[in-house]
Amino acid sequence: MRSPDLLRFNLRLLTGQWFRSLMTLLATAVGVAAVLLLTGMGEGARRFVLEEFNLLGNDVLIILPGRKETTGGIPPLTGEGTRDLTLGDAEALLRLPGVRTVAPLIVGLAQVEANGRNRELVVVGTSRELFNMRQLQAAQGQVLPDLPLDRAEAVCVIGHAVRGMLYDQQPVLGRWLRTGDRRCRVIGVLEDRGVSLGTDLSESVIIPVASAQQLFNTQGLFRLFVQVQHLELIEPLKPAILDLIQQRHQGERDITLITQDSLLGVFDDVLQLLTLAVGAIAAISLIVAGILIMNITLISVSQRTAEIGLLKALGASERQVHRLFLSEALMMTLIGAALGILIGYGLLWGGHWLWPQFPVSVPLWALLGAVLLAVGVALIFAWLPARKAARLPPVLALKGITHA
Amino acid sequence: MIRLEQLCKRYQLGDEPVMALDHVDLGIDAGEYLSVMGPSGSGKSTLLNMLGLLDTPDSGRYWLGDTEVSALGEEARAAQRNRQIGFVFQAYHLIDRLSARENIELPLVLTGTAPEQRRPRVNDLLQRLGLERHADHLPNQLSGGQRQRVAIARAVIRKPALLLADEPTGNLDSHSGQDVIELLEELNDEGITLVMVTHDPNMGQRARRRLWMQDGQLLKDERDAQP
Repeated sequence: MRSPDLLRFNLRLLTGQWFRSLMTLLATAVGVAAVLLLTGMGEGARRFVLEEFNLLGNDVLIILPGRKETTGGIPPLTGEGTRDLTLGDAEALLRLPGVRTVAPLIVGLAQVEANGRNRELVVVGTSRELFNMRQLQAAQGQVLPDLPLDRAEAVCVIGHAVRGMLYDQQPVLGRWLRTGDRRCRVIGVLEDRGVSLGTDLSESVIIPVASAQQLFNTQGLFRLFVQVQHLELIEPLKPAILDLIQQRHQGERDITLITQDSLLGVFDDVLQLLTLAVGAIAAISLIVAGILIMNITLISVSQRTAEIGLLKALGASERQVHRLFLSEALMMTLIGAALGILIGYGLLWGGHWLWPQFPVSVPLWALLGAVLLAVGVALIFAWLPARKAARLPPVLALKGITHA
Repeated sequence: MIRLEQLCKRYQLGDEPVMALDHVDLGIDAGEYLSVMGPSGSGKSTLLNMLGLLDTPDSGRYWLGDTEVSALGEEARAAQRNRQIGFVFQAYHLIDRLSARENIELPLVLTGTAPEQRRPRVNDLLQRLGLERHADHLPNQLSGGQRQRVAIARAVIRKPALLLADEPTGNLDSHSGQDVIELLEELNDEGITLVMVTHDPNMGQRARRRLWMQDGQLLKDERDAQP
């Protein structure tokens, strides 16, 4: 039988019993749509988290003061019993071959006063390098100027939310702002990056690191970010950094090195597993659809016994009859799967339209897996009824007797 | 053309075995017109199914043309059915959801003939059987006589050597029955071998060769002297 003829023959069958076909289609469609929807959401959540934490780029090493082991015990309280990370360390690190830039970070709370209003806000001390690393840009004005690390210039860049809190819609560039007991001039407003799970810079005031040291009266840095020149240099640079700091800290290896990948890897694994799990749960509905297809095929076989006999009398072989029934089930599944893909993507895009910040994307393995599973299940479950049809002796089948 | 040798078929009917065919020997020449008569249960339908390769004998041999078809497997027998044998049933056995045209071309579709080759052949037959106007009608829009004509067209579309008819007029009134039988005879005149099972003696008498069966055995084999 030629494929177009087979197609037409089956189509007649499906449209002839459109209600029954529709219900079966729907079962497959719901299964496929469920897989797409759940994995799409799981994958969306994964990407969302990764994007939030991926701001630094993976060529950045994070240095924390104090030695923190991933195994054993509670980490020591910050700074206690260890030497501070200093701006001197930062400058020494910058001279290491392979290091592109170093950005220091000091974070603290301070009373911020401007325009007659007073708020307790996060004050971040850093350098221009951090803006480059995190790809932060100013919506208005400019970011921190390129200063020597130890120069405490009286300038600041404020987050988007801070601007709203303190100045409403008034112009802000060039205005004075007081952090603690120090005054600084606003030179820029950060662009609004939406909610960020990392450090939320939109509610902070960013000042040069030397100013922050004076403000919080400390030499110690909270973090040092080291950006390497090439991704491959990350691993070889780790021991070099540790050695250098050890040398500068009188033989104590009192820092912890983290790469962003090691942080993200954990999230990634967990979320991927979660996506896989919800996808697998959704796949159960496909198996239910398969059982429905088996029933439909069984009914089809017993309703069409006489027709099977006739086809055999007209010269259809066992193999042809078998193929006829299998292809009927297959067609039903494929149409159902196509419908399911439409529904699944439709709902995902609907969701994305309602919550634009939530990325949705169906992983390719889920899409292929769902369709393949639907087809596989249909073939497996239709196999037995189709074989039953194929094996019917034509004489008995012509009389409409199913059970010989 | 057809040779049966010691053909046997036994059925289990309840507790008792029934000999549907009891060592039947039969030879049929090409172009013969043969009727098979006998009471129900005499084995005439079994004989027809046997000739049509729908049923397999328990023992004995069957030659169709030069092939011993009793030795063939199911696939090969299906191919033989398609090429050599046409069936006409009492209950027509048309497929309800297909139009007259689609029913007629079904044997060609099964062998994978291209649509452009199917079309002229179906058109010829439709015209010949006076069914042109009904080509796109579904079976339930046709009268009994028309349905049986469609079934006959389907049976001969592959130009088989052997046409087997099982009570072809059984469901028809006498007028359309007459039409159908005349059509079958016309086909026989063109050279097709016609074997017809009937329990209507009037129909049976029309055949040039008449078989009577009882209890699975050939009781009488009658031939007319002329042609």
